[in-house]
Amino acid sequence: MQVIVVLIGFSLLVAVGFLIAFLWAVKSGQYDDDVSPAMRMLHEDRVLNKALDSNSIVIDKGIQENGELEA
Amino acid sequence: MVPCAHCGQDCGNIPMHFEDKPFCCDGCVLVFRILKEKNLEQYYEIMPSPGIKIEKTETGSKYAFLDNEEFSSKLLSFSDGGISKITLFIPAIHCSSCIWLLENLSSLHPGIMSSFVNFVRKEVNVTFRESEISMRQLVELLHSIHYIPELTFEKGEKDDYQKVNRRYLMKIGVAGFAFGNIMLLSFPDYLPGGEQIDRILRSTFGYVAFVLALPVFLYCSSDFYLSAFKSIRKKIINIDLPISLGIIALFMESSYEIFSGHGNGYMDSLAGLLFFMLIGRWYQGKSFQSLSFDRDYKSYFPVAVTRLKEAVEEFVQLKDLKEGDLILVRNQELIPADGVVFEGEGNIDYSFVTGESVPVVKKQGDAVFAGGRQTGTGIKIRIKKEVAQSYLTQLWNEDRMSNKQSHAMQKIVNHVSHYFTIIILFIAAAAGIYWAFDDIGKAVYVFSSVLIVACPCALALTIPFTFGSLMRVFGRNGFYLKNTDVIEKIAKADTIVFDKTGTLTHSRSMKAQWEGTPLIGNEKEMIVSVARNSTHPASITICDSLACKGTSVVKNFAEIPSMGISGNVDGNTILIGSYRFVAGKDQEEKGTTTVVYVSVNHAIRGFFRIENSYREGLENVISSLKFHELHLLTGDNNSEKSNLEHYFQGNHQLHFNQSPTDKLDYINLLKQNNKHVIMIGDGLNDAGALLQSDVGITIADDIYHFSPACDVILESGKFWKLHQFLRFTKNSLWIVYASYTISFLYNIVGLTFAVQGLLSPVIAAILMPISSITIVAFSTSSIALLSRQKKM
Repeated sequence: MQVIVVLIGFSLLVAVGFLIAFLWAVKSGQYDDDVSPAMRMLHEDRVLNKALDSNSIVIDKGIQENGELEA
Repeated sequence: MVPCAHCGQDCGNIPMHFEDKPFCCDGCVLVFRILKEKNLEQYYEIMPSPGIKIEKTETGSKYAFLDNEEFSSKLLSFSDGGISKITLFIPAIHCSSCIWLLENLSSLHPGIMSSFVNFVRKEVNVTFRESEISMRQLVELLHSIHYIPELTFEKGEKDDYQKVNRRYLMKIGVAGFAFGNIMLLSFPDYLPGGEQIDRILRSTFGYVAFVLALPVFLYCSSDFYLSAFKSIRKKIINIDLPISLGIIALFMESSYEIFSGHGNGYMDSLAGLLFFMLIGRWYQGKSFQSLSFDRDYKSYFPVAVTRLKEAVEEFVQLKDLKEGDLILVRNQELIPADGVVFEGEGNIDYSFVTGESVPVVKKQGDAVFAGGRQTGTGIKIRIKKEVAQSYLTQLWNEDRMSNKQSHAMQKIVNHVSHYFTIIILFIAAAAGIYWAFDDIGKAVYVFSSVLIVACPCALALTIPFTFGSLMRVFGRNGFYLKNTDVIEKIAKADTIVFDKTGTLTHSRSMKAQWEGTPLIGNEKEMIVSVARNSTHPASITICDSLACKGTSVVKNFAEIPSMGISGNVDGNTILIGSYRFVAGKDQEEKGTTTVVYVSVNHAIRGFFRIENSYREGLENVISSLKFHELHLLTGDNNSEKSNLEHYFQGNHQLHFNQSPTDKLDYINLLKQNNKHVIMIGDGLNDAGALLQSDVGITIADDIYHFSPACDVILESGKFWKLHQFLRFTKNSLWIVYASYTISFLYNIVGLTFAVQGLLSPVIAAILMPISSITIVAFSTSSIALLSRQKKM
């Protein structure tokens, strides 16, 4: 039965991992706006890509806000 | 009706066509062409006609001040090595297409590196290279596609909200995590035969539960301790005091049990309690982020003012304006401070101040007041008073504005928790003393059990969920509350004070009333024929009111700005305009209402009184407000008295010729007589009264623009529902009382266990979540049910 203690240790470790992921998400502002991501994901990036090719704009990923990568 | 392909508004009788698509105006065509050129037509595919119509498209040198380092650096949120970031508030953001377009700004200009929309806050974050696009060009680019940013130096309010919201979410996350995991460990104990679990295993579970509960006890609960501590210092008892007592009792009792080997305590209940209560707080705190309720006069005025110094134009900040400065106010710009017209002809629209939208003519040497908007060509104004000392802005400086909280109403929840805490402490002490004769250990256990079970979790959840839901229902219906505290104040109010112009009347639509000898024959027809040629609001109103086609041929039509119009119909000379224009001589002004004189063949026939028409449903709203004392304060003269008496039947108080300070003083007087006052107004001239009242309700045509500081913003189109909103708040109080009763019943059940010393972890683990869930379900579903019944 004592093996349960080990199992609980592991399960807690996983749970803590998710907790940290959640806290990070909150801290990085992913919960500040809960409306636009829902709309944004439905946008097709067809035109954006075309515009990118023709104007050859380099999007610097480092400066994207809030860890969001569209493009 | 033909809807415009860009903005969806009516194109009128003769739509403009571009590529076989109908458009309402040049502006819309222009945006369409810009977007088409840059392959951004998808804008029109995501949502049908998503565009924004604006009255005037040229920006001229309106944004020239952004070329000035002093202003641009203040607006930037980040700037380094030629790369800059700016956050712009754009009230026009309203749909999915807006997000798409604003996030593809880089296709419109290569200098823009990326842009990111926050829809809830109606903001766009733009990252751009300053070497390729200046801030002025960026703002003008946004203007050219009709997304006009509102530039202001102040932004504190929203950032604070964001911080608080994040903190709550993190606390909820930690509490939820602890709740779930501790429950998992405690669960075996609650099952039949739980006592037979291996002793070592059980105590391990206990220690793990203790470790998990530590952050809940120390971190998640901190707000409650702090608030309780503050309330004690103020010598009042608020709801957080019994909550804190309960939390501490729970944690201490459980820790004792765990470390003494008696059992595993109530840690799961503790974490669950905090989890539910934090959700309640967070739910209650969620507000309308894109609205500003706390604006002071600074947010009305432009960020920069054009000052003329020895014929050279320069930009200065509002606060740097000095008496005697000469400033230039262009078309559509606001006058920032009181002054005198130095050069040019003012045509000033005071709708932000009084709600009256017909422009007032000001000639050289005339005094103009801060808050007026110049329409027409630019004028030069000599400043007579600094911004902060102007007629309207000084309202904010006066001492009487500062003592707003002096007459704060007692909140129900504090009232209830006051008695609640005393009674619970009494019961706990009595039960403890009773058991002390028997067994000291048992006495301590009973004492803490009472505190644990009485922890007013359900009580604390009632208000957040009832009022939080109500606030959302109201928001859907165009009645936006600053926070949930306002609901209680509205429900308790017994006096309502109305402003007239712009509040009871429309600020845009008007009616014309003829006064003079009745118009005979084809006179009406001739007047309409002439007036039809002018786009001045007064001319349009006259045409509408006379109900004639006006198809006669007009010869020699002439329009002299801010004077009048003239024309010749069938050999008759028609003059329509100011008295000076029609009669050729000056005359005393007739109050604040606009009058338009008409002469036929140089004989004055009379005048049209142009008035704002009353809002739809006004009669119904007034007659439905039976339980309130009604007052009316207006800056106008009493020409409308008989009309208003018709609406305000009975013994209601109507006051005319009230200055902004009079209004403020009047509210103060009512409050001194122990009235709970709701003030309903619109313009800057009501700002003082709105702040001073217990509840200030602002009526706004555009809720994102120009609302004075207030507690509630009401969409002007929803005015006819006003009495329903007020009644709903009263109903919501009954829901609160009912929830309180339910939670007391749970408490009585819990207390009967506790005083007998029979409270076990399993009873606490069942009783606490169930009572919380019942309250949440009851209060939210009651509001939902009521709102459906009221069709909201």
